Amino acid sequence: MYNVIQFEDVSLQLKNKQILKNISLSLETNKIYGLLGRNGAGKTSLLSLLASFAQATSGRVAIDGVSVFENENLMENIIFIRDIKLDESEKVWKYIKQTAAFRPNFDEDYAKALMQRFRLPEDVAVSSLSRGMMSAMHVVIGLASRCAITIFDEAYLGMDAPARVKFYEEVLNDYMEHPRTIILSTHLISEMESMFEGVIIIDQGEIVINEDLDTFTSRGVSVTGPIEEVDAFTIGKTVLKEQVLGNTKQAMVYGQLSEEEKQRANGLQLAQITLQELFIHLTKEES
Amino acid sequence: MRLTFDDTKPIFQQIAEMIEDDIVNGVLKDGDQIPSTNQLVAHYKINPATILKGFNQLVDSGIVYKKRGVGMFVADGAFEMLRNRRISQFQQQYIEPLIAEAKKLGMTKEEIQKMFDSYER
Repeated sequence: MYNVIQFEDVSLQLKNKQILKNISLSLETNKIYGLLGRNGAGKTSLLSLLASFAQATSGRVAIDGVSVFENENLMENIIFIRDIKLDESEKVWKYIKQTAAFRPNFDEDYAKALMQRFRLPEDVAVSSLSRGMMSAMHVVIGLASRCAITIFDEAYLGMDAPARVKFYEEVLNDYMEHPRTIILSTHLISEMESMFEGVIIIDQGEIVINEDLDTFTSRGVSVTGPIEEVDAFTIGKTVLKEQVLGNTKQAMVYGQLSEEEKQRANGLQLAQITLQELFIHLTKEES
Repeated sequence: MRLTFDDTKPIFQQIAEMIEDDIVNGVLKDGDQIPSTNQLVAHYKINPATILKGFNQLVDSGIVYKKRGVGMFVADGAFEMLRNRRISQFQQQYIEPLIAEAKKLGMTKEEIQKMFDSYER
């Protein structure tokens, strides 16, 4: 439906605080993205701009060249789901149907099936839902709306582990049947990383990484072996972290190794670094 | 197929290796259909693009082929190809570490030979 989502030199200032700084970001559609960032990094602000909940102080967010802000046609195809407590006296199913009125692709049968799967009651007041059920209701709305751009901003927060697994399964299944752009912002990196095709990392209001997951994780290599050999190997490389145990050292190196370097590492143990570890080291405070 | 992944290699590579293992072990024979993307997504909860990447690696090396609208199948001669590839890697992957360990332990060639012989039937 759409081809590309673009943040064009976007800044956001709230009162005296610079929340987002000159963000330029281009996202291909119909992929699942993981948006990672520490608390306060600007994840929710970034997503609010895409969902047109807020207006950029400067720059713009555009889809195929058309600005999203207050654009009704685009808005019905962008949904922003957060796990917020609603003080809503309407019954659950009625409330879901109300939100569906603005969603041309809403699938009622799928919504019903999801409610069963999450054991979400239809006939109770929204405000009386437990945390887990509140989360489930938001997720049902987010999935069944089948919006071309679907944003889940830590939507799973109230869910326990079994419910989260159901959520992940539904996201993947429905994505395969109805390909669309899905952005998942999360702190549960190791639990969710295998779902991502692309990874976006935001730190202190700036985009640090926007890459395919495989490309990104292949940049991190852990090198393990005798201290002197590891030291010799890592000269001139960006070392994110080092650990020594007895005579053995493990160094986490950032930057892709060439075939020649891999040959040279003969005798040293090379392994991939997890997304979580890379994330931790790329977003830690300067000391 | 294995039930989980480890952290040491990219997942798409592990997907490709699992299929290869199944071919080498005889679980999948020439002409057999390999598991579908949907099945693997449902089982491992991973992005379908990751699985396709693994499959494409197998297609590129001629181990599986695509039948449009039907699925992916083990190519004729895939077993032989993988067997030959693994034999050529055997020395590096198994013999070299074996010799290195034996050296560390100060074992003689005869001792190693004796161990080998005890496996002969």
